Amino acid sequence: MWKWIQAFASPQNFYYTAKKIIPWFLYPFIALSLVGLYWGLVIAPVDYQQGESYRIMFIHVPSAWMSMFIYLVLAISGGIGLIWQIKLANVVAKVSAPIGAAFTFLALVTGAVWGKPMWGTWWVWDARLTSELILLFLYLAYMSLNNAFDNPKTASKASSILAIVGLINLPVIHYSVNWWNTLHQGASVSSIEKISQPAIHSDMLIPLVIMGIAFKLLYGALMLMRARDELLIREQNSRWVKGVIMEGEK
Amino acid sequence: MTKRQNRMTLVALLVAGVSLAGYLGLQAFNENLLYFFSPTDVVDGKAPKGKSFRLGGLVAKNSVKRDGLKVNFDVTDNANTFSIEYVGILPDLFREEQGIITTGSLVNGTFIATEVLAKHDENYMPPEVADALKKSSNK
Repeated sequence: MWKWIQAFASPQNFYYTAKKIIPWFLYPFIALSLVGLYWGLVIAPVDYQQGESYRIMFIHVPSAWMSMFIYLVLAISGGIGLIWQIKLANVVAKVSAPIGAAFTFLALVTGAVWGKPMWGTWWVWDARLTSELILLFLYLAYMSLNNAFDNPKTASKASSILAIVGLINLPVIHYSVNWWNTLHQGASVSSIEKISQPAIHSDMLIPLVIMGIAFKLLYGALMLMRARDELLIREQNSRWVKGVIMEGEK
Repeated sequence: MTKRQNRMTLVALLVAGVSLAGYLGLQAFNENLLYFFSPTDVVDGKAPKGKSFRLGGLVAKNSVKRDGLKVNFDVTDNANTFSIEYVGILPDLFREEQGIITTGSLVNGTFIATEVLAKHDENYMPPEVADALKKSSNK
């Protein structure tokens, strides 16, 4: 098992395996996002309170899910990099950060655009919105810290510790709407008592879940593409990279 | 202990320490993180006196009176009720029995609002389903 992990995590092996599996993320993403968007924006019924405006949820909610999921990836692969010193884990963490920051930004912007017509304001400093903004700052801090060192090993060590410290923000974001009075409404999907009786009608829930899966696939594809580039840069003095450049990819 | 176990312990300690710090911090700031006070909180004296604060609750049925841009209505949590006076534009979702959050201060028992925001719940459904639910709950 250990041997197998090390073989898979070797930069050269990963470089070629990633190339093979990227299409398995990319094409299902395109198909699912087209289906999900058409279902969500055209087929799904209007909401009894919010009318058509609620449809921004099909972008907003999956973006917010990804903002937290990618941070979890950042912290876990950072931890693996710290403990087992697997280079690949540090690469995955580094290339994931800007993708996570982009999803966080998207969640904040679509939330503001949704909040203006429904709540009557672009922004309030309630616990949910503020903790999500802190998440964006954590991503930005992670990225700048990672770029502040010339030695990638030191950079990974410092930024991984930051990622693990910032992990405390994830339960705060998730439970903020239960722990405190907030303007943001409570969870509709991801709470245990809601599984038997979801707060979202199934005609709206199904396209939402489809978009959620599509966004995960998009992250997978983007992360693998960026990881391949990062590996070429980090391993530029190794024989296999010279082989890739001189003879092309095999 | 091997070096790897050593590092594992350090990371575990880091996670434990941060969780504890986070827990204590959240406990300490718990009150400040409340975005609004319910009418019952205000009656219990939890809201700041003589200062502006946020009041949240449901708009009471048959309480909205409009006079140009001036609106009077009651906000209730079904235990206590406050009358609100507001001059300005209300959000689209503002209606009777809708959750709202309003900023302002108490003047002689009336809440003079400077801002009214609509709060919606986490339920999403087509209008037909909402009607059917309403009918069955009225029976």
